[in-house]
Amino acid sequence: MNDKSVSIDRRPWTKRPACCESRDPCIEVRDLSVSYGGKLALRDVTLAIPLGCITAVVGPSGCGKSTFVGTLNRMTDLVDGCRVEGRVELGGHDILNGRTDLIGLRRRVGMIFQNPNPFPLSIRRSLTLPLRRHGVRNRRILDGKVEGILRRVGLWDEVKDRLDHPALDLSGGQQQRLCLARALVLEPQVLLLDEPCSALDPIAGGVVEDLILSLRGRYTVVIVTHNLAQARRVADDVAVFWVRAGAGAMIEHGPVESVFDAPRSEWTAAYVQGVHG
Amino acid sequence: MPDPSVSPLPSLSEHRVDWPDRAVASLVWLVALLVTGSLLWIVGDLARHGAPELSWSFLTDSPRDAGRAGGILPVVVSTLMILGICLAVSLPMDVGTAIFLAEFTRTGGLLAHFVRRSLDVLAGVPSIVFGLFGNAFFSIYLGMGFSILSGGLTLACMVLPILIRSTEEGFRSVPDEYRKAAAALGLSQPATLWQILLPVATPGLVVGLILGVGRALAETAALLFTSGYVARMPSSVLDSGRTLSIHIYDLAMNVPGGESNAYTTALVLITLLLMINVLTFWIADRWLHRGITHR
Amino acid sequence: MSRQWSEHLLLWTLRGLAMVAGCIILLIGAFLAVESVPALREVGLGRFFSDTSWHPSGGVEAGSFNFAPMAAGTLAVTSGAVLLATPLGIGSALFCHFYAPRGLGVAFRRLVELLAGIPSVVYGIWGLVVLIPLIRQWQPPGQSLLAGILVLTIMILPTVALLTESSLRAVPRSYLQGAAALGLSRWATVWGVVLPAARSGIVTAVLLATGRAIGETMAVLMVMGNIVQVPTSVFDPVRALTANIALEMGYAMDAHRSALFVSGLMLLAMVVVLVAMSVWASERSRYA
Repeated sequence: MNDKSVSIDRRPWTKRPACCESRDPCIEVRDLSVSYGGKLALRDVTLAIPLGCITAVVGPSGCGKSTFVGTLNRMTDLVDGCRVEGRVELGGHDILNGRTDLIGLRRRVGMIFQNPNPFPLSIRRSLTLPLRRHGVRNRRILDGKVEGILRRVGLWDEVKDRLDHPALDLSGGQQQRLCLARALVLEPQVLLLDEPCSALDPIAGGVVEDLILSLRGRYTVVIVTHNLAQARRVADDVAVFWVRAGAGAMIEHGPVESVFDAPRSEWTAAYVQGVHG
Repeated sequence: MPDPSVSPLPSLSEHRVDWPDRAVASLVWLVALLVTGSLLWIVGDLARHGAPELSWSFLTDSPRDAGRAGGILPVVVSTLMILGICLAVSLPMDVGTAIFLAEFTRTGGLLAHFVRRSLDVLAGVPSIVFGLFGNAFFSIYLGMGFSILSGGLTLACMVLPILIRSTEEGFRSVPDEYRKAAAALGLSQPATLWQILLPVATPGLVVGLILGVGRALAETAALLFTSGYVARMPSSVLDSGRTLSIHIYDLAMNVPGGESNAYTTALVLITLLLMINVLTFWIADRWLHRGITHR
Repeated sequence: MSRQWSEHLLLWTLRGLAMVAGCIILLIGAFLAVESVPALREVGLGRFFSDTSWHPSGGVEAGSFNFAPMAAGTLAVTSGAVLLATPLGIGSALFCHFYAPRGLGVAFRRLVELLAGIPSVVYGIWGLVVLIPLIRQWQPPGQSLLAGILVLTIMILPTVALLTESSLRAVPRSYLQGAAALGLSRWATVWGVVLPAARSGIVTAVLLATGRAIGETMAVLMVMGNIVQVPTSVFDPVRALTANIALEMGYAMDAHRSALFVSGLMLLAMVVVLVAMSVWASERSRYA
């Protein structure tokens, strides 16, 4: 990334929403440490993720970005030998607590992965499966929701004639939008995006990025990216992660303008100016 | 924005019991218990009935009184002879075919396609059909009669698909770099095969061999009308001879009061198969792991 | 020169061996067909299903050649065993992969592999000595279709379980991650995502298990009583096609012997169809 691409202006129609000015926290993370099989991957992260805003998590590879995001809906539970310590509060509840209802948690906190992972089902069933499993049975309501959510992610016109075709026949960008639809259809409060555009070609990535921008205000979004230009374009807040003493750590966090234009840490300054890019 | 159609977001601390999930989990556990129970029942029964009669002399004596008394030495000898013939014929065929399929057919080809499909079907042919074929072809058409030779050849046809599948797998697991390196050194194809590919593919071959031996030892129906029933000590491969499995069948079905020795023979057979089974895992674990760490 | 020659020799030797291996099945088909010709020509295919009974030793004129009861026996015992073994086998595979704690799942897999290695004659003697007396106490005579179904179920269960397990293992991890991120419960994940993804593998498993059940000889021979009749209840003794061959090949002559080869040809045809279906199922592996 060179300087020019970093300094691209925000798009005019993506003004910071009012709720974001209030900076009410949606998720509060305190002293979060994660280790895999005894090896520390993330050390002592403390930050508050504001409600209704888009928070970008940036940093070089291996600095614990994805690990950090994975703790927010406890996907880390799926990894053998993974140990998480600290507190992650969502609506005043510590989700790392052993008694947390994981199914309820993951309904509130949706997630999109780097590689689109639609199920080997039809487009329609990809969306109705999670709805049915969470209590929607009525056929008419299901159809209405499928149409609504596909319109929301701009897929309706592209797929309305082949709703019963395999989702795996869609292009990569369409698949990623379908995955987004699949997560949004459950009406989560928080959406975690783990490098959602990096496996897509630039045009498809741009479409997904516009879609992410349109989520601002309605959802609290956490997006992992190592495309700094993208972070600058979409984010309200930026958290910079870095490898320090063999483990990932957060070295800077704040509103996007201050992180990019007046970084407090020299590493951040170097990083955003592309020295270590 | 609560939506009436989706169930409301649950509180994070309240644990809902997902009844369908629970019910299925219990069912699955029940199935596992049932399967484990059946195996324990069968093996336990075998050990309970078979163990009292098992002794060294059981292995070294000839059967007396149609098998009700005495041991199983001639049966063991016949079994080994049949197995020997089976492997002597099937192994070269196995290695040749597997090398052909794995190394010479990268781009497909009619012969390879035909051989693969034929072997798929051959693997599914019922053993009694092998018995019919062996009887008509080896015993009568080729004039071998009811003999160890005829039985061994019939078994060779039967285990061939198992051997080839596993050996081919072994050759396919050889990394392509080895072939490229050999070609870059100007090694001839036969030299590459013998010096480089065969040693690396050996674990696959051995695993296939052991699986094949297991299948051959377990076989009964294919031998009823090829190697025959005779329980005397065979003097040549043209004599009839019965295997352990046929001995079990004959004692259990045709000899009143033969169950006890049938059980003991079954215990011997199972022990043999178990040893083979353990050997397979040991070899697979040891060699395949080494293969991976070397790569 | 000599080098080229050795490479040619190698290639042609290998081709020859492969050709021989590939031709075995044709040879089997051919010999079965040749041996069947006398019965097919003299008795005719129609009589195999329209004659009054199975008394083939009387020769072409006096004998009667009705296969139908034995075909019914094979059909009944196979379908019973497949119906029981399919859910049990799939359940076992799910247990290994999704429900058992880690170590236990591996141990259970080993156990199922062990079950797969037990010879059919051992299942037969177990059925004969243990299962039949139990059934006899309940519904005499004990040697029955039920005994055959139960023994065969245990025998083909490992085939279903092990092949299903390997297709469950092939389900991409990203599907499981996606399902977890949507808050699907374990059963919802298995039912909605995993089983559809593994569908073609499971179909193949069931087809191959069916082939194994149709062809099984020793166990059904030892526990089903071998009376030639169309079963009316699961407690009736019946004779399967395979058992019939094993029982009568020893003394069959002329048309009788040839008739047995006809039944062998029928078994072979059924297996060829099943294998073809399973190849088709695994090649058409994507969900449509």
